[in-house]
Amino acid sequence: MDDLINDFIAETRDMLQALAGAIVAWETEPDDRARLDEIFRFVHTVKGNCGFFDLPRLELLSHAAEDALAEVRTGKRAPDARLVSAVLAVIDRIGELVQALETGEALASADDEQLIAALTTGSGPAAVAAVEPTAVPANDNRRGMRSIRLSVDLLDRIMNGVSDAVLARNELARSLRDYSTDISVDAAFDRVSACIAEIRDAITRTRMQRIDSLFAALPRMVRDLAGELGKQVRLEVDGGDVEMDREMIEMIRDPLTHIVRNAVDHGIEPPSDREGAGKPASGLLKVSARQSGNQILIEICDDGRGIDADKLARKAVAAGLITQAQAESLSAPQRTALMFEAGLSTAGQVTAISGRGVGMDVVRANIERIGGLVDVDSRLGHGLRLTIRVPLTLTIIPALTVGAGGQIFAIPRAAIEEILRASGASVRIETVGEAQVCSIRGRRVPLVSLAKLLGDNAASQVAEQTLVLLKPAGGDLYALAVDLVHDHEELVVKPAAPAIMAAGLYAGTTLADDGRPILLLDPSGLASRAGLRFDAADVERRLGGASGGAAVKPPTDYLLVRGLDKGALAVRLTVVERIEDVPASAVRRSGGRFRVALGENLVPLLGCEQPPSTDRMRLLRLTDGATELAYAFADTADIISFSGDIRPAATPGEIAGVALIEGEQVEILDPYWLFAAMSEHASAPERPLVCALPPGDSWMDTFLRPIVESLGYRVAPADGSEQPDVVIASDSSADTPDGARVLRLRATPEESQDGSIYRYDRLALLAALSRASAGGTAR
Amino acid sequence: MNDLLLIVSLAGRRVAFPAGDVEAVVELEGVERVPCVSEHVAGLAALRSRVLTVIDAAVSLGFSGPQSAARLEAVVVPSGGHTYAILVDAVEDVVDAAAPSQPLQAPLGAGWDSFAKGLVEANGDLVLLIDPHGLITGPAALAA
Repeated sequence: MDDLINDFIAETRDMLQALAGAIVAWETEPDDRARLDEIFRFVHTVKGNCGFFDLPRLELLSHAAEDALAEVRTGKRAPDARLVSAVLAVIDRIGELVQALETGEALASADDEQLIAALTTGSGPAAVAAVEPTAVPANDNRRGMRSIRLSVDLLDRIMNGVSDAVLARNELARSLRDYSTDISVDAAFDRVSACIAEIRDAITRTRMQRIDSLFAALPRMVRDLAGELGKQVRLEVDGGDVEMDREMIEMIRDPLTHIVRNAVDHGIEPPSDREGAGKPASGLLKVSARQSGNQILIEICDDGRGIDADKLARKAVAAGLITQAQAESLSAPQRTALMFEAGLSTAGQVTAISGRGVGMDVVRANIERIGGLVDVDSRLGHGLRLTIRVPLTLTIIPALTVGAGGQIFAIPRAAIEEILRASGASVRIETVGEAQVCSIRGRRVPLVSLAKLLGDNAASQVAEQTLVLLKPAGGDLYALAVDLVHDHEELVVKPAAPAIMAAGLYAGTTLADDGRPILLLDPSGLASRAGLRFDAADVERRLGGASGGAAVKPPTDYLLVRGLDKGALAVRLTVVERIEDVPASAVRRSGGRFRVALGENLVPLLGCEQPPSTDRMRLLRLTDGATELAYAFADTADIISFSGDIRPAATPGEIAGVALIEGEQVEILDPYWLFAAMSEHASAPERPLVCALPPGDSWMDTFLRPIVESLGYRVAPADGSEQPDVVIASDSSADTPDGARVLRLRATPEESQDGSIYRYDRLALLAALSRASAGGTAR
Repeated sequence: MNDLLLIVSLAGRRVAFPAGDVEAVVELEGVERVPCVSEHVAGLAALRSRVLTVIDAAVSLGFSGPQSAARLEAVVVPSGGHTYAILVDAVEDVVDAAAPSQPLQAPLGAGWDSFAKGLVEANGDLVLLIDPHGLITGPAALAA
């Protein structure tokens, strides 16, 4: 008989919760006949059960509810907020009585009559102010599933047994390694391994439950809360069919409740305020769950007033949590993250519901204890989004095992951004004061030595260590130096004893492959212990590191081509006017560069060093709006949208920089440089000017000739065979051919009176040559 | 019906734990140190697939110095939802308490006072009855 009662209690409890949800949903759509019928059936079943078990009080209550609903069904009564509240109150009372049944308490029966009276005459507790109906939960399917009720202890026993089996299997594997075994032994072992893995998988699945069990209670809670506070809140729930470890669901229950209550209490403004701010009178609260890789993401989003990060910072200073200087150096996301500190509450008053200022720190602690993370994203005046990430099961957390100070520890993989060698090329370690800071690809992050933090002062030099880049929830990026990185493992993690948790550094305990117990580290705890949290380092790092994922460059469209040298090239799509295919004969080299005849125009051609070897050439026609140029290429690859990093070229030139696009190094063309270079030769002379250089002067030939040619001159020897336009002479020669401009170059930098130019004075040289060429066209 | 007592030797003295508090008596294979925790927490140990928090009772009692015994005998006590292993010098016996425990008349010295619940008679000897949960909480209990 005991078993039956237990079953009844459990079943009724489940039903009542589902009932509450259904009633609230029905309230928004009173004409939904199907839903009303469903509710009626529920109540009827509860009544029936109560009668079977001879529980007169319960029977009376459920009977009254059933009657009231029956009247609605037959149209004799109209459903209104008062009726719904009364029915809900009766449901609650039934729940309390069922609970009392279990614990053996006795409850006063006088109240029962009051509740029943409220149902019939409608003269019970005053109706609450018009409550905006809550929306139907998006995920409402009730799949018919065959199921049985099972004791959690039994499941735990099985789970422990499976964990033991995994350990035993690992031990066996180690032993087998030491002895050479024959194939049949190996095969058998493999089969055993496979079986154990299979069982472990299946058992893990038994522990899974739909997150709906968390979400089901929300509509009711939100409705009641909103009613109490005189607010209007529309609740949208999504992703109830996502599955999570049952135990983890229980651990999330309180934090989730707290967050939702906060949203309704503090987040969403009263309707008048909302209308004043141009928002709809009814606030929107969205709770959703989704699976992302091996994590579950639960988001609670409201369109209320958001968090006033500055006010929070002021409170933190007033509460003595941080100094004024620290507060000023915090970025906005970091100030918002202050909400997770104990003792802070931005609520003006402490309400009965929330605002005692003890909530969010506990919420975060609870979530982090199970290896999860919580993030906050606030827009003042517009709303708040809290994201809870939890690993897929409580018991099995993906972690990285590391060694420090001779011990092995585990770090939850969820918090790890990257792993680097301290001696790697992209890492630089500097000592600032007593602390060490490292720069990773130019970005500075604080450095913490795990061994030192844990009290081992004989820690090895950082340079020999490995850096694990960690980003704890709501915190900044920092690097943890460890002696070695062991492995990536899926670890069975259990909560650690309070004495161990008191250190503030650990998130739990687990067993390593060899059976030794190891500690799971808590990345935010480590950061706190290292004093990192409000470290007054440079603002740049803060802005760069803080809001993980902010400041993403908007992607730019590039045209990806393969140059004539087969290298990958990219040019911004906006610069490309079109792609053209020209006969090789259209390409000529003149005035020191290639030009291509496009229609009536002669357009400078870049990107090719030799005359085309094929009979056609493909080119990009680039334009800056005024002038055109052409760039030769071999084939097009693609049009891509890219927003990643471009490593700039060392000197200005045709190539602006290099980027890694889909694993290939791509050179990015610099259109500015290209057009700038072209503008020097905007008006290419019809006939290239001739510049005579003294023959036999190797310096002139090697150093000067390229510059002269780049300016469009044709170089000829100064032997009288051609009439030059410009003659360049070293100061030692005396020849001054007629009709030509002479540029004298001297070998020494000191000023001289003879009007010569120091031969390495590039600017003066170029200026003189350009002047000469400009003047020369007067011919 | 009198309670069962587990007689152990601890910090050189014979003491008794209420058997009802004790889950098992084990010999630990090793203790992994936990950095940055209170001194009375010796570390962690593995027992089959469970992780136990190891308590150095001598430290709780105010005697300094970690256990240097070659053998690690411990008394497994569940407390507050976690499982602990309290290190003892040696485990002796499980006996029936001949009579209910008597209150202590005089101070015992050192840290014994905080953890002793009374005196019991076991096998003809007077033995201190110790509260294992107190040992687990450790010297912090004194500060309260």
